[in-house]
Amino acid sequence: MPAIYLEAAVVVLGIVLMLMEAFVDKADKSFIGKIGIVGLAVIFLGLFMVEGPKDSNAHWAIWSFYAVDPTALFYKGFALITTIIVLIMSLDYRGVIQHYMGADQEKPQAGLGEFLYLPLFTCAGLMWMASAKDIVSIFVSLELVTISFYILVAFLRRNVGSLEAGVKYLILGALSTGFLVYGLTWLFGLSGETGLAEIAAELGNEESPMNAHPQALLFALALVIVALGFKVAAVPFQIWVPDVYQGAPTPITAFLSVGSKAAGFVVGYRIIEPFITSDAAPQLVTLILAISGATILLGNLAAVPQTNFKRMLAYSSISHAGFLLLALGCARAAGDDVKVEGVMALYLSGYLAMTLITFHVMCLVRDQLGGEEITTYNGLSKRSPFLAGMLLIAMVSLAGVPFTAGFFGKFYVFLLAMQSRFYVIIAVAVIGVGAGFYYYLKVVKAMYWEEADDDRKVTVPPLAKGALIALAIIIFVLGVYPSPILNFFS
Amino acid sequence: MSILDIIILLPLLGVLAIAFGAPARITALGVTGANLALGVIAWILFDPSKEGFQFVASRAVAKVPEISYAVGIDGLSLIMLLLSVIVSFCAIWMAPKVESREKLYFSSLLFISAGALGAFCSTDIFFFYAFHELALIPTFFMIGIWGSGEDRVNTAWKITIYLAVGSIILLAGLIAFQSQLSQGGMTFDLITLQQRAADGGIPAEAQGWIFLTLLIGFGILVSLFPFHSWAAPAYASAPAPTSMLHAGVLKKFGLYGLLRFTPMLPEGLETWRNLLLVLLIGNILFVGFVTLAQKHLDGLLGNSSVMHMGYVFLGIASWSASTGEPIGPTGAVLLMFGHGVSIALLFGLAGKLRESMGTLEMEKLGGLGKQIPIFSFLFGLAAFASAGLPGFANFSGEVLVFFGGFQGYQGEGFTNLQWATVLALWGVVISAVYMLRAYRNIFLGEQPDGFKATEDVVLMQRVPCTILVVSLLVIGFYPRLFSDLLTF
Repeated sequence: MPAIYLEAAVVVLGIVLMLMEAFVDKADKSFIGKIGIVGLAVIFLGLFMVEGPKDSNAHWAIWSFYAVDPTALFYKGFALITTIIVLIMSLDYRGVIQHYMGADQEKPQAGLGEFLYLPLFTCAGLMWMASAKDIVSIFVSLELVTISFYILVAFLRRNVGSLEAGVKYLILGALSTGFLVYGLTWLFGLSGETGLAEIAAELGNEESPMNAHPQALLFALALVIVALGFKVAAVPFQIWVPDVYQGAPTPITAFLSVGSKAAGFVVGYRIIEPFITSDAAPQLVTLILAISGATILLGNLAAVPQTNFKRMLAYSSISHAGFLLLALGCARAAGDDVKVEGVMALYLSGYLAMTLITFHVMCLVRDQLGGEEITTYNGLSKRSPFLAGMLLIAMVSLAGVPFTAGFFGKFYVFLLAMQSRFYVIIAVAVIGVGAGFYYYLKVVKAMYWEEADDDRKVTVPPLAKGALIALAIIIFVLGVYPSPILNFFS
Repeated sequence: MSILDIIILLPLLGVLAIAFGAPARITALGVTGANLALGVIAWILFDPSKEGFQFVASRAVAKVPEISYAVGIDGLSLIMLLLSVIVSFCAIWMAPKVESREKLYFSSLLFISAGALGAFCSTDIFFFYAFHELALIPTFFMIGIWGSGEDRVNTAWKITIYLAVGSIILLAGLIAFQSQLSQGGMTFDLITLQQRAADGGIPAEAQGWIFLTLLIGFGILVSLFPFHSWAAPAYASAPAPTSMLHAGVLKKFGLYGLLRFTPMLPEGLETWRNLLLVLLIGNILFVGFVTLAQKHLDGLLGNSSVMHMGYVFLGIASWSASTGEPIGPTGAVLLMFGHGVSIALLFGLAGKLRESMGTLEMEKLGGLGKQIPIFSFLFGLAAFASAGLPGFANFSGEVLVFFGGFQGYQGEGFTNLQWATVLALWGVVISAVYMLRAYRNIFLGEQPDGFKATEDVVLMQRVPCTILVVSLLVIGFYPRLFSDLLTF
């Protein structure tokens, strides 16, 4: 079956759920989320049966802007898993949603249905983005993702924080879209092509305007980097991140932090990689490295004084973007030994598992204890040893302790940087990792050393328990055996 | 499956068993006891006449670069392995009664033990590194939750951040090291890397900066002056079993690493030898004087442990590619063993003392010798061992280190190494002074007013103490048991 059917299936599922939501008023609306979870899981299985162009459909126009390669398949799966977990999280977060949507006697489930089907459309956009290999399809898929996020971020309409986040995300998202379109236009102008492969092929053409006007090329690429910098939260385009992460509903923060970042890196890699590995724009690597160093440093150091857990994770998410950018910057010298694509995929997979665990625990704690400060987690090991254990695994993995996925990700990034001889930035990364230990362990300290104010327990629904255990297993498996992901790309 | 796999896995299985409800203390004791037995079996089965690593086993984890979970021991790692199993078993046996969260307490100790064992048995430098980090978080827990002293929170942060940063610098050094030897495919396999390095792999200038990075990384982990300030307060406030394991075993990881890597980086050591000599004199003399000024027994032991690392560094610094059979490193290894065992016994006994007396301030103690004779006898043995009295393993180590400094000396002027050795000799005097003074203050003289009665070492607790003392004496009287295993 052609790969594009998967996105179609997700969109159809989304529309069906939307209609059901409108017509089934009385029933418990969490069934929408449950159907969504099952449906996405079935579509995930379909991922193993897809194929690219073949004789019977090779004439389809879609293949010129839609790639079916390991990258595309990997990140489609990535988007599906993320969305499934986000839906499970949303179910555990329903109390907060209903509270801020003004649920009352008449409308006891206000807003819940919409909150559960909208992520499906984001998911379709993310999946398409993984396959986009033409600047037009990149733009369109990116907009699908961004617009559904506009709604979701500002979803809690009676919560000032959520509204503020929505406005900030809207304005800066629109601004970055502007940068992206402008940059892509320049690329088109220089090459006369919209397909990324064709644009890259122009690099080999001595007479192409691209080679005749290196400044223009650099300008175009800089604009693209600015736009993608917004998406993946790289310094100095990270300003929106702490406020938006803090204000948005927690499942959506998780979605933004994992799905949106991964998609940004896929697209970034597809657009920029040919230019890094050629000589057309030698300043490009320096630019990426400078951004990456600043991102690692600012993300890690600014996370240190945070007292709000969600805000701290926003900075942590910034710092991880820095490490991923560093991997991207190494694309030139990496050679064939270690594939940059594989390293980024490994890093992002570990990041998915540990970040989603963290946000999931956060949803449960917010829903049952009602707070997002780190002090809320005081004595969590007594309230729920299971959740504390899970969060401990996520935190040590984020900090990069060996035998967890987080360590292997960082290890390969260090390896790439060492091969490329980027010694200065390695020193910066060392500082970043050191600071990281402090703020991640701050949460561990709260959970295990401090005493809780009261003896409320936190209960974990079975579905959430299953999801958390599965994610923890991913962390440990990737922590000792990263080969499956690395081999997938070679 | 090699015997080493079992030794590494047992503590981790113990943790699992404890998590699923097995009684914590018994399980931990059983697991470490089994490990002690296996360690001795490995020693018996080990064939000293063979070159290279024995009991090897390996499973590939990643192809590019080649990383595998690979185990194997040579003489050096065998001695470290024995040290780890002996101290682990005794540390768990000597653990005091745990009031709260007994499961977490013993799981943390088992993690530290597994980390040390894994690091010493790995022949893949990736896992060599990774296993050591396994002990980081448990140490943070131990000091933070069960530590003593008002400053324990800061202390826990300090040790954790210091060790995390040291480790990451070390990681950078290890990656740089293997990338210099990547002709023929990147690999983290120690045996292959040793082969390649012996074939003249690394250019001299690269050796210089890689050695420096490794020296800083390992140095932070071993509390090399001036990166030593985390160690003494951490050992003072950690619960006794943690101090025993950390000061006795885990800290030897950095020294073990330097002993492994220095022969592969001979030019690197040449370049930085003078710096290393200055720093190790800092350890011996500067920290030695700091130790003299301590008023609490735990602070004194912590600082003395930092100070004694200086001699081991001296043994490493005396290594040279040109001397045929360098005796300095051999002395360093004996000293590592002797120090590990004696400091473990000292920390274990100090823990008991704190438990029964409520304080370790030496002014407030006195005349305990009459009341608890066996305790004071054991403490005396350990303190004399630590100060380098002949008959104990520490003495044979220190003597060889000092001889190593003068190996090949022809009677002409002193080199820097020899000046450093002469200075370091004064450290022996300093150790004798503070150890004897501590002994006098605590066990001799008059008992101060308001003195509490206390119990002597009970019969059950004499077992681990005896094991530790006997190991010190055996190696002290017959160091060839170990020195014959070593080739540098």
